[in-house]
Amino acid sequence: MSLDHSQPHQCQARPQDLVEHDRVQTPLYEDAALFDEEMEKIFAHTWVFVAHGSEVPEKGSFILSWVGLQPVIVVRDRKGDINVLVNRCRHRAATVCEVKKGKTSSFQCPYHGWGYGLDGSLRGVPYPEQYGEDFDKAALSMKRLRVDSYQNMIFATLDESIEPLAEFLGPAKKWIDLFMKQGGGYPVKVLGEHQFTVPMNWKIQLENTTDAYHFPVVHKSFIQSLDKEAEATFNFFDKAGFVEDLGNGHSVAVMIPELIDLDENLDDPIPERFAELAQALRDEGFEEQKVRKIVRATGGAGFNLNLFPNVSLSLAFFRVLRPVSVKETAIRHVCLGMDGGPAAANRMRMRLQEHFQGPMGFGTPDDAEVWERVQRGTLGGKELPILVNRGLVDEVPGVDGPRGHLSAETGMRASYQMWKRMMAQ
Amino acid sequence: MSGIKTMERPSDLNSIGLQELTAFVWREADILDRCDYDAWLALWTDDGHYIVPIGPGENYEDQVNVCYDDAKMRKMRIERFQQGFSISSAPPADTVRTVSRFVLDRVDGDEIVLRCAEHVVENKFGRQRLYAANLTYTLVRTDGGLKIRDKVARLLNSEGELTAFSYLF
Ligand code: FES
Ligand SMILES: [Fe+2]
Repeated sequence: MSLDHSQPHQCQARPQDLVEHDRVQTPLYEDAALFDEEMEKIFAHTWVFVAHGSEVPEKGSFILSWVGLQPVIVVRDRKGDINVLVNRCRHRAATVCEVKKGKTSSFQCPYHGWGYGLDGSLRGVPYPEQYGEDFDKAALSMKRLRVDSYQNMIFATLDESIEPLAEFLGPAKKWIDLFMKQGGGYPVKVLGEHQFTVPMNWKIQLENTTDAYHFPVVHKSFIQSLDKEAEATFNFFDKAGFVEDLGNGHSVAVMIPELIDLDENLDDPIPERFAELAQALRDEGFEEQKVRKIVRATGGAGFNLNLFPNVSLSLAFFRVLRPVSVKETAIRHVCLGMDGGPAAANRMRMRLQEHFQGPMGFGTPDDAEVWERVQRGTLGGKELPILVNRGLVDEVPGVDGPRGHLSAETGMRASYQMWKRMMAQ
Repeated sequence: MSGIKTMERPSDLNSIGLQELTAFVWREADILDRCDYDAWLALWTDDGHYIVPIGPGENYEDQVNVCYDDAKMRKMRIERFQQGFSISSAPPADTVRTVSRFVLDRVDGDEIVLRCAEHVVENKFGRQRLYAANLTYTLVRTDGGLKIRDKVARLLNSEGELTAFSYLF
């Protein structure tokens, strides 16, 4: 198909007609009605990442989160089970919690004092007499979402009928398993996070994590801030990397093939920038193999995994997106570390996170800038298609789906085919 | 040294010491608004940190911050701003900053701890944003005049959603 023939967008077009295999149409980024439809057809009918288990470590621990536009509370109850509750009182709709995270034994609505248990059940109502004899507390629990988790990543859905999480993740699961090896033998734990908003459509972010094509251009100033050896590590296109469609909208981009499995190649030389850490660990008394395992895990995995529709696993962090409106998206960059692991390694991970991922990092502001540029450019030439055809020429069948050159737009095609499937429902 | 040895009247704006300090901080604000980053680096001693924290507490090393720069990172950050191919900082947002509400927190030998409020108005893409921060300076008197050892800029909503920044606070 030739790329310079373009069809103007028909406003009456069905959403699924906006996505072809090699191109998508501009309304995808800027049509407010389409956004509403996405919230209904996608975010209300899929597994949405809400939190990592380490953010709610104990009985009574909770953290606020979102499923699409809906505010939720993720809370561990007395039995240790995770509940995801819509943050809305069943009386007159006030939010019952505005503390971002913490520990509690119950939730009490600040408006008229209705009290809820950690599983969302309505426990008590002030002056219940005025509700009469047949007042049914059991029918007035906080709305509870279906919950499932994989590798301590907690997902929720508003849809009781969709497939189990493990089935939805499919081949992405083995990549999640590999990603979690960066615990270096310790459980993976959230150390902190960066949060920021960008004036862009959520799909611009969705496309980005397995788009390696942009890396050497947008992140040139980051790469140049590294030493020669690290610079070579981030020089992706000379290596055997690839990007692969994993089905259901998920995709993986392998940037540093030698870091796919962090338990392997432990005898490789320790990179310069980790030499000091390695010495600190030796000084703490760790034996050499353990030192190597921790050091290798500290830099994170050598691939980015994009899980449709709202979370990516990248290097040593999660990138979580939250659609706010058609032109606004909130992002969390969640810094991961080793629970119970050496403080020196976790410190280094936090410094690496600050170096790239934060609002003042050497990477994220440049990403945010180009994402915003896409949204601004969308205003011009609305009839022009947005191309996702890169790498189609030499794409081959991979293990789980089409596999392209690392700089290919295979990951975007994966996302948009899933988008199309869900929007056609 | 002028009369700032005691904390008896810490907010006395007539104190000569405080005037000297405010002049120093205002000069830094002017330097940052003009993006005169070499001059900014020259304001620092080598051993301190420039920190924009996220959470409460002062154990910055063991938490994720917006930024936690030692001398090496400060220098790298400035190089990045100056090299001209970071899309977010070339051109950078225009900024106008006001620093006010100075409180002399403590004076300990040659070390002076000063707190103040900062407003930064940022203009980029024809859109303006406003940020407010509480600043804490640890200044030291050296032969070369006052220098910054540590600077902590605690943004309002530091634990919430921010935007990307192509400038310093
Ligand atoms: S709105 Fe919650 S108790 Fe009335
Ligand atoms: Fe990027």
